[in-house]
Amino acid sequence: MWLKRLSEAGGVSGHEDEVRQIILDIIAGHVDDYRVDSIGNIIALKKGDGSSDLRVMVAAHMDEVGFMISHVEENGLLHFHKVGGLDDRILPAKVVWIGDKKVPGVIGFKPAHLTEQNERDQPIKYKQLTIDIGTTSKAEAEKLVQRGDYATFATEFVELGLAGEGWQTVRGKAFDDRAGCAVLIELLNTQYPFDLYAVFTVQEEVGLRGAQVAAFAVEPDWAFALEGTGANEIPTPKDVSPSTRLGHGPAITVMDRSFIADKRLVRLLIDTAEELGIPYQIKQPGIGGTDAGAIHRTREGVPSVTVAVPCRYIHSPAAILNLDDFDHTVQLVRESLSRLPTIPR
Amino acid sequence: MDTAELLKQLTEARGPSGYETEIREIVQERFGQYADETRTDALGNVIALKRGQGLDPRPTVMLAGHMDEIALMVKQIEKGFLHIARIGGFDPRVLLGQEVIVHGRRDLPGVIVSVPPHFTDPAERDKTVPLDRLFVDVGLAPEQVEKLVQVGDLITIHRGFTELSGGWAASKAMDDRTAVAAIAICLEELSRLKHQWDVYAVATVQEEVGLYGAMTSAYGLAPTMAIAIDVTFGHQPGLSEAETVKMDGGPGIALGPNIHPQVFEGLVAAAKAMEMPHQIEPVPGRSGTDAWGIQVSREGIPTGLLGIPLRYMHTSVETVALKDVERTGRLLVAFIARLDDEFLDALTWNKGNGREEA
Repeated sequence: MWLKRLSEAGGVSGHEDEVRQIILDIIAGHVDDYRVDSIGNIIALKKGDGSSDLRVMVAAHMDEVGFMISHVEENGLLHFHKVGGLDDRILPAKVVWIGDKKVPGVIGFKPAHLTEQNERDQPIKYKQLTIDIGTTSKAEAEKLVQRGDYATFATEFVELGLAGEGWQTVRGKAFDDRAGCAVLIELLNTQYPFDLYAVFTVQEEVGLRGAQVAAFAVEPDWAFALEGTGANEIPTPKDVSPSTRLGHGPAITVMDRSFIADKRLVRLLIDTAEELGIPYQIKQPGIGGTDAGAIHRTREGVPSVTVAVPCRYIHSPAAILNLDDFDHTVQLVRESLSRLPTIPR
Repeated sequence: MDTAELLKQLTEARGPSGYETEIREIVQERFGQYADETRTDALGNVIALKRGQGLDPRPTVMLAGHMDEIALMVKQIEKGFLHIARIGGFDPRVLLGQEVIVHGRRDLPGVIVSVPPHFTDPAERDKTVPLDRLFVDVGLAPEQVEKLVQVGDLITIHRGFTELSGGWAASKAMDDRTAVAAIAICLEELSRLKHQWDVYAVATVQEEVGLYGAMTSAYGLAPTMAIAIDVTFGHQPGLSEAETVKMDGGPGIALGPNIHPQVFEGLVAAAKAMEMPHQIEPVPGRSGTDAWGIQVSREGIPTGLLGIPLRYMHTSVETVALKDVERTGRLLVAFIARLDDEFLDALTWNKGNGREEA
């Protein structure tokens, strides 16, 4: 399981280098060919056994939401831009790693003691916040950090459940979509009837940019996007079913904001799961978007589907996922891929 | 001792107000290395005595730094999610997405929930999340949670000590373990030099919920004089220079109704004598520190207050300059070394006029 290493690596959209290098090191011996394209995607080929002439693309994105340093103040404090979708309200009182050397910094906040009651009702805006690296002048700060440096949350990967006790859950950053990357890596241990193109994409969080050009290059007949998707399970006054939930297996997307999944692929996944007794769930329609949104409209169109490991608190410093869901996702996608040549084109 | 190492040990230890056991054991050992006697009183304060070399009966000076930290408690359990109550003053806005440890039947790592932007509309993101919508998630099945967690279990913030650049560091509980560190530094140095007065080094409990440890320990010790050591507001974004002291500018020496003027003068004189960077900090009333409790113990105790400059108070990333912690420890040493009969005589309201009040 490569999730810990992938989760702790930095890879904000546009600067996926560390994650890319880790993945290249891992997959090099398990694929027949690979290259890194002009935008930074890894396109790896796992040759089939020759029984099918299909070309199948399975994509997972390497990038994560994060920050870019926008300005170094005279007093040594750093202003930042957000990269990707982050709710400003989660930012105060966090530790971040800046740049390739992972210079530690903290996002500070005003002491409660000196905050008026009416101010406490004001939501935080990221523009009010700065990153403090302990320097007190611009010159000192710029020895360590440059305008344009990327930053991520500084979060260590932790196992939550005890073995043999019940849920095996883990906590860490960037499970969206290092969970998908880790699933895709596991899938490369198997040979399929057809040529499988494993694509680790860049820039999903800023508009599905990597998947768009990779799908153009690969020209697949079918495509799967693998994700770490949101599980919004916290209790609400209205007792409604959550988008997805932990412990209920891989989440199959029927429709989200970026695409409508190919119904044959949805059927394949459901039939495979039910036949093999693999738990699965249908993700609540209309939420979020994935690389499949870019892939399905590539060239003359590519029938696509998204399968995801449910994760609580994505796009925050610390998400939680269930390792059983992870394993079931690997199993479901692997089995479905093996049966793919049997469905009508 | 290495200050960063000491602070890492002290800040990473758990010690919510009223539940200071883990930090207390560490402090007992640290203070015990340099003190003549160390004990724990009924409320849980650690009291270490370092005897002076003056003639019996010797006057006594009490040093007080609180070892408790702000924390959370399990209030209710709903479908495996934990509602939280606060122990001490967190602004709920700094809690979202924080990693925590729930001290249930065993320590359970968890996180304070946040809703990804995928699930919220923009109007919702323009509102703060009230405390009753903040939950702790330990990532276990609801039936497991029911077995492992009870209402009333403690929740502490999980944040490792992080060394920043420029000799600064960030952690939880720098408020007020930096003061405990400064006192430890002081005790170590005192063991190498002569001083006249007896020194009681006290790591107090329950400061964050009402200064209770300071009140009871001051009553028990009835010291001649006391110095409280706490953190104070370091200059940071959102605060003016008027309401802050400079980071890395040396300890703030408080002045105001909470402070006996002669104690203040003595601290300033000691700082000047050793050319120690220091800052005058006007405190117009309630200091919100152990000094406030100690000053009115028994028939009253002349009290002073040192403030270690700190940014982002009551968050998990409280930030200090390590030098300020060391300076505070060394200033205490210099101050104590200068305590003599003359100083005792001067502890009056009419400077130089003998003993009318003392």
